[in-house]
Amino acid sequence: MNIISHDPLNIVIAGVGGQGNVLCARILGRALMRKDYFVSIVDSFGSTQRGGSVHSRIRASQTKCIETVIPKGLAHVIVSLEPLETLRMLQEYGNPETLTLTNSQPLFPPEVLAGKQDYPDLDELQQAIKELSHKSWFLDATAIASDVKAPLAANVVMLGALIKTGIVPVETEEIEEEIKGYFSESNAGPNLRAFRAGFDAIKGIAFQHLTFG
Amino acid sequence: MEKLSDNKPDTKRLMLGNVAIARGALEAGVQVVAGYPGTPSSEIIGNLSPVARELGIHVEWSTNEIVATEVAGAAAYAGLRSMATMKNAGLNVASDFLTHFNLSGTGKNGGGMVVVVVDDPGSWSSGDELDSRWMAKLAIVPLLAPVSLQEAKDMMKWAYELSEEHKVYCLFWSYTRLSHRTGVVSLGEMPDPETGNTPHEITELISNEEPFQQERLNISYERLELLRKIFEKSEYNNYSGPKNPDLLIISCGNGSMCAMEALGRMKLEDRVGHLKIGTVWPLPTDLITKHLSSTDKVVVLEESTPFMEIHIKELMADSSDLAGKIRVMGRDTGHVPRIGELTPDIVCESLADILGISFLPREESYSKKVAEKSEKMLIRRGGAQCPGCPHRASYWALKLAIRKSKKKTTFVCNDIGCYAWDFTPSGQQLTKIVNCMGSSAGVASGFGQLQPFGFDQIAISTVGDSTFFHSSIPAIINSVYNQSDAMYMVLDNRATAMTGFQPNPSTGETAPGDSAPVVSIEDICRAAGCSVEVCDPFDLDTTTEVLTRMIKDRGKVRVAVLRRTCELIRMRQERKKPYKMWIDHEICKGEDCYFCIGHFKCPSFNIDRETGKVILGEDCPSCGVCVDICPHKAIFREEVQS
Repeated sequence: MNIISHDPLNIVIAGVGGQGNVLCARILGRALMRKDYFVSIVDSFGSTQRGGSVHSRIRASQTKCIETVIPKGLAHVIVSLEPLETLRMLQEYGNPETLTLTNSQPLFPPEVLAGKQDYPDLDELQQAIKELSHKSWFLDATAIASDVKAPLAANVVMLGALIKTGIVPVETEEIEEEIKGYFSESNAGPNLRAFRAGFDAIKGIAFQHLTFG
Repeated sequence: MEKLSDNKPDTKRLMLGNVAIARGALEAGVQVVAGYPGTPSSEIIGNLSPVARELGIHVEWSTNEIVATEVAGAAAYAGLRSMATMKNAGLNVASDFLTHFNLSGTGKNGGGMVVVVVDDPGSWSSGDELDSRWMAKLAIVPLLAPVSLQEAKDMMKWAYELSEEHKVYCLFWSYTRLSHRTGVVSLGEMPDPETGNTPHEITELISNEEPFQQERLNISYERLELLRKIFEKSEYNNYSGPKNPDLLIISCGNGSMCAMEALGRMKLEDRVGHLKIGTVWPLPTDLITKHLSSTDKVVVLEESTPFMEIHIKELMADSSDLAGKIRVMGRDTGHVPRIGELTPDIVCESLADILGISFLPREESYSKKVAEKSEKMLIRRGGAQCPGCPHRASYWALKLAIRKSKKKTTFVCNDIGCYAWDFTPSGQQLTKIVNCMGSSAGVASGFGQLQPFGFDQIAISTVGDSTFFHSSIPAIINSVYNQSDAMYMVLDNRATAMTGFQPNPSTGETAPGDSAPVVSIEDICRAAGCSVEVCDPFDLDTTTEVLTRMIKDRGKVRVAVLRRTCELIRMRQERKKPYKMWIDHEICKGEDCYFCIGHFKCPSFNIDRETGKVILGEDCPSCGVCVDICPHKAIFREEVQS
C-alpha cells in the first residue's frame, strides 16, 4: 500500500450540475476502498442539480472511519471541472497548502448569459486561483476530451490528471480497472482514453513519500 | 456485477446511506416495501426495486405516504416483515395512520414493520427542516437513529426484532448526511428464504378501539417503558471520554459524527466526554442521568430541533440530585445555531465558545485573501429546468395565454416538482404561491371562491402527474362539488422527475419495472365533472389557444392536461435527437436581442465568444421549441430521419 500523504486525505471534486463530479468521486472511492482505506463521499444535493454549483467531498483514511463533510479550509486537493467553481471551493475548503486542478474551459451561468451578471476576467481568475493554491494545474479538459473522441468525459480527463499528481494513493491501473467495471463495454473505451489523456496532460510531483504537508 | 442481494457476508461495499438501509432491510428479511419518492429518501426503494423479482418480495411506489404506510401495515398485520419509506414532509401525510396504527399494534402474530423517515436538516431539498423525531413521542413508538453507514445497515435488523417482539412499528430515522453519504459498509448474511415469515389468517379484531382506546394508550405507555429498559443497555448508545469531563456532549445522528470530528480536531478527547445516543425514543434516561452526574456542563448536538435537549432538561427538573446543578446547552439555548445542518465547523465553534478556547479554522491571512478574491469575482450559479424541459414550454404558453386573455393579474399556485422552478429567476415567475405537496390544488379551489368578496384574480394550480395522484384529486373534486371558479394545469411529464424519474400511475410501469395499467388523468377529471383538454406543450400555438380559452371560461372547473415526456427520459430511451438544429448567424441579432436567453431562458443557449451570436450547447436535446419563440426566426430545425 502507498503511504498516504495526509490522514485523512481530503479531496474535493467540483463542477456544474451535469458535468459528472459524482461519477469521478465514485470511481476514486471504489479504488480507495479496494486498497482498504476508509472512504467517505458526501455529494452536494438539493436544488442546484442542473446547471448549479455542485461538488463531492471525498475523505480517505487508513486508520479511522471519518464520515463528516470536509471541514472549512481542510482540502488537500481540489479538482474542478470549471474555473469559477475552483474559486468557490477555495473559498470554502482552501488553505495555503491546497493543490488545485482546474478545467480551464468556463461555463457561463444563466445569469451571465442573460446579461444580469458578469463572468470574471479569465486571466484574473486564473491568477487568483494560482495565488490561493500551493500548486495549481490548468488544462482544457473539455478540448482534450473532444480530441480523444470522448466529448462528455472532461470529468474523467480531470480524474486522469488528479492521479498523475500522485497525491491520491492509487495506481493508474487500479483506476482503469474501476472504469472498466463501472461503464458498459461500449462506454469504457472513450472513458479510458479520456483518463489516459488527462494523465498525460500534466506533469505530476511525487507525494508518496510524505514530501508534502 | 455487484447486486444488492449478493450473499457475500463480510465483503466490503461502497454504499450510499440509503442503499445501506435497503441492504439492512434485506438482511432482516423484509418482504413488503412501499413508499413515496422524496429527496433524500428515494434511493431506498430505488435500490430494492431491481432485486424484488429475484427475491420474491413486493416493492411498490405507492400513490402517497399514507397509502404506503397502510400497504406496509397490511403486511405486518398478516405476519410479514414490511417497510414504509418517505421523507420528513411525507411523514405528515402518513401521520393519521401512524397515530392510530400505533394503538392497534400489529396484532398477536404481527410481523415486524419499520417506517423509515429521512429528514433534511438545512432544507437542502425540502421546503422545511421538519424534525421527525417528535412523531415517536406523539405516537408512543420507538425511534432508532443510526450514525455511521455501517449502523444504518446493522440497526435495521434490530428495528425489525423490536417491532416484531413488541407488536408495534419502529421508526427508523435518517437524515440527508446519512442517507446521501457514501462510504464503506461490511455486508452481513442474507436470510434463508425458507425461514422467512409466513402470513397467517386475520381472525382477531385488530383496532385502536379494542379493547377500548384508553386501554390501548395504557398498553402503549407500558410498552414504551419496556423498550426504555432495553435501550438502557443498547450497544448503540456509548460513551467515550474522561470519567469527569469538563463538558459532556450528548448527541445523535449527524451531531454525533460532527462531535467526533470536532473532538479529534481540537484535541479535546481528554477533557470533553461524548455520549452518543442511537436509541432516541424512548431516551435511555438512566444512562443519561448517570452521565449527567459526572459533569456540570452539557451540550446537546442534534438536528434539527432541541428534541433531546428539552427532554434532558425535563429529566433534570424531575431529579432532586440534578436540578439546578448542571447547565444544559444546545439549540434551545442558542449555544448551537437554532436552525440549519450541523457541520464539524459549527460544532468546533460552539465547543470553543463554551470552553472559552480559541478556534481558527484556517490561517487568517488566507481567509482574508480568499474572501477578497471571492467578493470580487465569485458570482452565483443557480440551477434551472433542464434543456428541453416540457415545463418551460408549458409556462411559456401560459404566459402568452395570460397576455392574450387580457386577465393580466392571473397567477400560478405552484406545487412540489420540477415545475416549481417557475418561481426562480430561471423561470417565467408566474408563480405567486408555493407550499407543500398537493397544496396548490386546494388553494386554487379556495381562491376560486373569493370572487363574491371582490377578489378578481384568477389562480391557476399547476401540479405534476405524480402530485396529481398523490394529493390533488380530493381538492379537484372539492372544487367541482363546491362550484369553485378553479383552473388546473396538470403538467404530465410521464415521471416523478424531480426525485429521480420514478414511475407513477400514469406511466404504465411499476417500481420493479413490470407493466401496469395506465390510470388516465383526464378520465378521472372528466368523471369528476371538470371540463378537460389535453395538449402537447411543445405545440405552443395550440397550447396557448387552449389555455387562453380556459382562462376566460370562468365559472366552472377547467383542467388542462399538458402531456409531454421529460426530455431526459426521452433521450435515455431513444438515444438520439429528433431534430438537427442550428442558428443562422446572419439572422441572429446577437446582443441587440438575446430574447431567447433573456426570456425563454433555456440553459442550452450559449454565446459565441467571438461573434456574440447565440449558439446551442452540447447539452441541447433538440426539443425544437425555441424555433417558435425566436422573434427573428433565426433558429432552424430539420427532422432527423431514422
